[in-house]
Amino acid sequence: MCLALPAKVVSIDDSTDIAIVSMDGVKIEISLELVEQVSVGDYVLVHVGYALNIISVEEAHKTLALFAEADLLEQT
Amino acid sequence: MKFVDEFRAQKTARNLAAAIADNVRPDHSYNLMEFCGGHTHAIFRYGVQDLMPDNIRFVHGPGCPVCVLPVGRIDMAVQLAQNTEVILCSYGDMLRVPGSNQISLLKEKAAGADVRMVYSTRDALKIAKQNPHRQVVFFAIGFETTTPPSAVAIKQASAQELKNFSVFCNHVLTPAAIQNILESPEVRELGTISIDGFFGPAHVSSIIGSRPYEYFAAEFQRPVVIAGFEPLDIMQAALMLIRQLNEGRFEVENEYTRAVTRDGNRKAQRLVSEVFEIHNEFEWRGLGLVPYSALTIRAEYSAFDAEKKFSLSNSSGKPVKGCLCPSILRGANNPIDCKLFGKVCTPENPMGSCMVSSEGACAAYWTYGRFRQPGSAKDQAVA
Repeated sequence: MCLALPAKVVSIDDSTDIAIVSMDGVKIEISLELVEQVSVGDYVLVHVGYALNIISVEEAHKTLALFAEADLLEQT
Repeated sequence: MKFVDEFRAQKTARNLAAAIADNVRPDHSYNLMEFCGGHTHAIFRYGVQDLMPDNIRFVHGPGCPVCVLPVGRIDMAVQLAQNTEVILCSYGDMLRVPGSNQISLLKEKAAGADVRMVYSTRDALKIAKQNPHRQVVFFAIGFETTTPPSAVAIKQASAQELKNFSVFCNHVLTPAAIQNILESPEVRELGTISIDGFFGPAHVSSIIGSRPYEYFAAEFQRPVVIAGFEPLDIMQAALMLIRQLNEGRFEVENEYTRAVTRDGNRKAQRLVSEVFEIHNEFEWRGLGLVPYSALTIRAEYSAFDAEKKFSLSNSSGKPVKGCLCPSILRGANNPIDCKLFGKVCTPENPMGSCMVSSEGACAAYWTYGRFRQPGSAKDQAVA
């Protein structure tokens, strides 16, 4: 039920707060009413036709860097 | 898919498993409850359990809104669907959950009721606009993740003066349920359920933030690590929980920082509090009556409250005999302890809610672990 998938914002219609997003190549229409300051090119978490949040690219990289620490641990 | 594939990398999973093995103390046991059904499914689907040392045990929690909805509320939805004036819309999973006497919304649909599966509240609003002479009721279920879209729908219906749209509200709250589990006699006095730490919800937390867990991490002295739904997220969070437990800490930590902040999504929270208020108590399958654990539609939006509009009365419901869903949802039993599991109860013909939902623990055991012999999968994983 709480599953949400990342999708890239392709276009935004400011008058209706509706965006077209690309989810692994599949284009769908979602509402931006729950989020603020979304721009084309941002990644958002999509749940039941709504964007829940903007995904922080910077934070995603930090988490991946944490995983990389485990990779390093293995090599030493 | 970006932000998905990199969190499923096999090599990193192996290395994280090695780091976990290095960190666990052989004389300790680590009972970690994953509250969310999303975590339960990822654990089974990707075989995370098989990568863990023997003294780490995943305890499956009640975080599946379809599973925790009691039979009585399903009966009320069935009652609504039987009204020939009504088009009842709901998310897919809900349609298959059997109510009293095994009557589900899908069976009602087969018998002629106008029940429609929708992907979004936006679809339900569309149906209401297309059918001005019918009453469209949205059967709303879900945790904090799914509540904001219902709030938006009610606000839009109100702004557009859509008189034929209403919501049967069954939105429930996560922190209240976690607290209820920690306060249960099985955890506190009897010790029949051991929970040493929690994987905090992923997308619920993207809305409510990590702050609401701070109270019970401190009060009940259990660490909470908010984790994403990908396998590496869960493994990293397990490592963080193990480190906290080893060091005697009980803090709220956040592994899912790419989508969760301490404050959460304030705009969504504001919308929810404009439309909904907290219910004094609500019945959960498995947990019983839990105080302040659900939402109800505020008086100013009561025209959109299906319970008031159709004068629905609470139904007590008849649970299926022998179904262990209630104790599975509390973490007291595993699906394989249930006599119905895999025999009369399968995803094709579910008896209990945990077998219906794609997030239920029984569905996870059936789909990914049913044929597993103890030890064999682990041996294969190591090889």
